[in-house]
Amino acid sequence: MTETTDRPDNERIDWEPRIAAFLCNWCSYAGADLAGVSRIQYPPNVRVIRVPCSGRINPLFIVKALQSGMDGVLVSGCHPGDCHYISGNLYARRKFALMKSLLEYVGIEPDRVHFSWVSAAEGIRFAELLHAVVEAVRAIGPATKMVKRIEAVP
Amino acid sequence: MSEVQDRLRQRVAELLDGGTIDLFIGYASADAPLKTAVHVVRSSADAEALVWDARCTSNLAALLPDLFKRPQDQRDEWAAPRVGILAKGCVSRSIVGLIKAHQVPREALHIVGVGCSGVVDRHRAARLVAPAQLSKVEFLGDGRVRLHATDGSEQDVDLAELLLEGCLECRHPNAVLSDESIGEPTTAADGSRFANVKSFASRTIDERWEAFRQEISRCIRCYACREACPNCYCTECFAEETSPRWIGVTTEPSDLMLFHLGRAFHQAGRCVDCGACVSACPQGIDLRLLTQKVNEDVESLFGGEVGVSVDRLEPLLQFEMADDEGFMTEP
Repeated sequence: MTETTDRPDNERIDWEPRIAAFLCNWCSYAGADLAGVSRIQYPPNVRVIRVPCSGRINPLFIVKALQSGMDGVLVSGCHPGDCHYISGNLYARRKFALMKSLLEYVGIEPDRVHFSWVSAAEGIRFAELLHAVVEAVRAIGPATKMVKRIEAVP
Repeated sequence: MSEVQDRLRQRVAELLDGGTIDLFIGYASADAPLKTAVHVVRSSADAEALVWDARCTSNLAALLPDLFKRPQDQRDEWAAPRVGILAKGCVSRSIVGLIKAHQVPREALHIVGVGCSGVVDRHRAARLVAPAQLSKVEFLGDGRVRLHATDGSEQDVDLAELLLEGCLECRHPNAVLSDESIGEPTTAADGSRFANVKSFASRTIDERWEAFRQEISRCIRCYACREACPNCYCTECFAEETSPRWIGVTTEPSDLMLFHLGRAFHQAGRCVDCGACVSACPQGIDLRLLTQKVNEDVESLFGGEVGVSVDRLEPLLQFEMADDEGFMTEP
């Protein structure tokens, strides 16, 4: 059995959280784009993954991201009622409510996983959201719990 | 109980001889203590091997989807078999789920309902005689059971002490959907629901993580829990998918956790807490710890009970505009 050890990242004083952001193509990705073209500053800790719809996001993506060493995960889609596919975000909302609760239940810090709605017009909100998410993840430190470690072959 | 068993054997023989059904799915005795085998009866003579008692842990509904898969080489001439099945409460609720998921045609089923007073958890019995192993178990009647261990010792216990945790809080001991019933209906258990989830959730986050990690680390990835489950009828399971490869082929705890989190999540709104996975697990992992958490959330967030109505959509296949957003992050 592999022993749980802190990642090398943990020893570095200049540790910065890495956050996987799953953004829907029609609202949140466009919101991020708007933040960019409007020259609104937001933390560079985020790695954006564009998906067609928040309903496309398999909740296992979140667990997989944590296993792959991401310190936090952000999932964002259109506000309820604004979904390009009418209701993808509303199905997604039910799935994420369950997955977030399940992860917290097994002992993953609740602040690792975030969900929010960001519309294409909300560049400022996107930047504020990212500040909030990065600060929340920074406060709990590097992810160690779910992270996959493979022992080096001696 | 044996009266019900006799009646069952007789009735199954009648159904087969009368041509109502082509085959009947029930339980038969197995060699190992506290275990029964799934028994598929195709002729009335075979019906004599059927049993019905507290050892009948497996969920027979798990056999159904495969029976109704049309063989590739017999497209036209193939006719669905008419299947009789013995259904205690949880099995009947699984059947409801399978009908809703279009895995099983209702008209091809002849459901024989039976009242259930709970089934045994062989892991509990094994813990009572540990470190020795169970060699034989006798049902003494009046709710008493005698456990014989490999070290020669024996002890008498109440059957109630051996029941699956889920049976202690079972609200539907009788079939919710059936074509006929055998024996008297059983009264529902009065145990408080989700007791294990509440006690686990009351621990601190790090204690929960440690307990979860230790429990799941015992998994040997035999996938017996999946094979025993009537909800796991997918042609290709995420556990074996290679593109994307969800779960690495390792015994690294995070891979085991990913499987168990995924499995529990896929049960959302579909698990009837029959305990078949718990009984099937060779490692005695407390699988209800996860599935019941999902069950509790589904009930508290979206309402309704699983598997009691063929007309109600599964909770993850529907939504309300006013669904809870308490979990969301606001900037």
